[in-house]
Amino acid sequence: MTAPLLEIDRLDIGFGPLSAVRGASLQVRRGETHCLVGESGCGKSVTALAVMGLLARNATRNAVSMRFDGQELMGLDEKAMSRLRGDRMAMIFQEPMTSLNPAYTVGSQMAEVMLRHRGGTRRAALDRAAELLAKVRITSPGMRLGQYPHQLSGGLRQRVMIAMALMCSPELLIADEPTTALDVTVQAQILRLLADLQKDLGLAILLITHDLGVVARTAHHVSVMYAGQVVETAPVADLFANPMHPYTRGLLSCVPVPGKVRPGDPLGSIPGMVPRVEHAFAGCAFRQRCDLARPDCAGTIPRRDFAPGHDYLCQIEPAALVTA
Amino acid sequence: MKTPLIEVRDVGQRFRVNSGLLEKKRQVVAVDGVSLKLMQGDVLGIVGESGCGKSTLARIILGLLPPTTGDVLIDGQDLSKLDRKERARLVQPVFQDPFSSLNPRRLVRDIVALPLHAQGDVTSAEMRKRVDTMLERVGLDPAMGDRFPAQLSGGQRQRVAIARALVLRPRIVVCDEPTSALDVSVQAQILNLLAELRREFGLSYLFISHNLAVIEHVATEVAVMYLGRIVERNDTASLFHAPKHPYTKALLASVLTPEPGLGIPETGLGDAMPDPANVPPGCRFHPRCPVAIERCGREAPAITRVGNGITECHLITSM
Ligand SMILES: Nc1ncnc2c1ncn2[C@@H]1O[C@H](COP(=O)(O)OP(=O)(O)O)[C@@H](O)[C@H]1O
Ligand SMILES: Nc1ncnc2c1ncn2[C@@H]1O[C@H](COP(=O)(O)OP(=O)(O)O)[C@@H](O)[C@H]1O
Ligand code: SF4
Ligand code: SF4
Ligand SMILES: [Mg+2]
Ligand SMILES: [Mg+2]
Repeated sequence: MTAPLLEIDRLDIGFGPLSAVRGASLQVRRGETHCLVGESGCGKSVTALAVMGLLARNATRNAVSMRFDGQELMGLDEKAMSRLRGDRMAMIFQEPMTSLNPAYTVGSQMAEVMLRHRGGTRRAALDRAAELLAKVRITSPGMRLGQYPHQLSGGLRQRVMIAMALMCSPELLIADEPTTALDVTVQAQILRLLADLQKDLGLAILLITHDLGVVARTAHHVSVMYAGQVVETAPVADLFANPMHPYTRGLLSCVPVPGKVRPGDPLGSIPGMVPRVEHAFAGCAFRQRCDLARPDCAGTIPRRDFAPGHDYLCQIEPAALVTA
Repeated sequence: MKTPLIEVRDVGQRFRVNSGLLEKKRQVVAVDGVSLKLMQGDVLGIVGESGCGKSTLARIILGLLPPTTGDVLIDGQDLSKLDRKERARLVQPVFQDPFSSLNPRRLVRDIVALPLHAQGDVTSAEMRKRVDTMLERVGLDPAMGDRFPAQLSGGQRQRVAIARALVLRPRIVVCDEPTSALDVSVQAQILNLLAELRREFGLSYLFISHNLAVIEHVATEVAVMYLGRIVERNDTASLFHAPKHPYTKALLASVLTPEPGLGIPETGLGDAMPDPANVPPGCRFHPRCPVAIERCGREAPAITRVGNGITECHLITSM
């Protein structure tokens, strides 16, 4: 197999006493979508921001290594980082106005990205922008170039942001909850668009979401995060067929799936809530909520292999979990 | 015939808004000729994309917004003639955002007590007892009563909102996206709680959500809204298994169920996003409808009965 395009090895992120990400590892390959899934506050966004070198100033970041196409990103200076960002790796956010400037037209902000990284003429950059607007299936791209972000609907803005992220043909696209604020019909359109672009351009996509439906339909591989740790990683079909970690199992049982839970019957649910984890924290962060918890869950937790590419972080062995 | 708990008759709601630059007033048609009934013990689910008028309809039914046209009967009585106290004993709300719907400067206990307080005839000892009982019933330690909303998690705040809604033992609860701001594990806790409370207190719900899986799970009957109108209504099983209206079909096709291997559906919908300030002539869905015919742009379809339900589309004839 080819080397992953993005390879994160034991990433830690802290904010003062808070330990937001703890030893998270994951890999994203070219042409593949890797979904990072988990409930709010588990550390998904800060993981993405750490890759892009965009963490807030009060954050501390450590990792054994974090490689992009073989190049070590840890210790890379801001100048080198900003050359990569928007060029070979790009990011899109839940809220398009995070990346769109209300004061400039769509065309001028899209062209700006191109001119900054690749130079060339403004005319050529605008042509490229129009081409990409058409590619993300925006009608009358020429007219859109002259519009301001506020003149567009939410779904259109999201497409403009995707088109802008593609200006320099990035190899890695990080999408942080790109469809969470959209209606289901628009969500389906945007996700299809991303899947088509991936096929055409061989994009590697790191897709962050809390929505298991989005995971099931878009991912090749999945990492489940809980309280700053990746508690389970698996190929998508395997994750849904054989969830191992008790948190993954709980999460899957919470979503109403027609045909699985009879209308009116209680849904599975996880009692309690996500703990706030500080640096000295030891043991499994899920143990207050886990119905399989035992005394040694307060100790060091091993990462266990279940199947090729499928591992999970838990005290309980696969054989015992399968029957649990 | 039994009297419906809620009967909405041909209700419309228009807003006049400034259109910005030109300073010309524009008219937003938020709700347009909606009729519906909620029977005792039922859960009427309302689905539709954002801006289709769900919350406006909820506010009308709660008596918070007098409709521009039409009327609402609650348990056979004209809503506009009920006083606030009577209304509060019949129907109570639970809103989406437990962050903004609870007064941050009041203790949880006082928030839950407010509807009792407004009735004016409850002693403070009685009030305390009823608040504690209700907090416990929604799964909160009565000691939480002495905290402020900001000290609670999102799920706990939504439990407070539910306690406040139920403390007067109303007959109807209007839930407007009650779990949309919550994580899935907390959403499941709240949905289970609402189901238990409904059985225990004999409640009926008007349940609004844009999440179709949630609606399928909780509702006994479903109405699909598009640009201010109900375009299809039926019992839940019929609506989900045999949708009739092209919009209902597209909406259901767009749902990403957590089943890997199915890929991302093609919705077939056009890009013309619905704008309530600019409702298309004819069938209001025609600019996006994948099966529109020439007549659709000219003539609005009439309401047609299908089985137990109704829909409005030129391609669907009565069955
Ligand atoms: N700039 C910041 N300062 C302090 N804490 C932060 C900051 N950004 C994120 N956090 C904290 O880090 C944790 C992970 O946050 P985040 O990655 O945004 O979660 P997710 O995206 O999974 O919802 C949370 O507890 C959050 O409060
Ligand atoms: N007070 C108001 N003034 C002007 N327009 C409003 C007002 N309330 C709602 N609207 C508009 O009415 C339409 C329907 O809104 P709403 O009922 O909130 O939809 P939903 O809850 O389905 O998202 C929207 O276009 C909204 O902007
Ligand atoms: S380590 Fe223990 S507490 Fe944690 S998930 Fe496994 S069994 Fe549950
Ligand atoms: S009336 Fe015409 S446009 Fe409207 S839903 Fe039916 S086919 Fe589509
Ligand atoms: Mg986030
Ligand atoms: Mg609403």
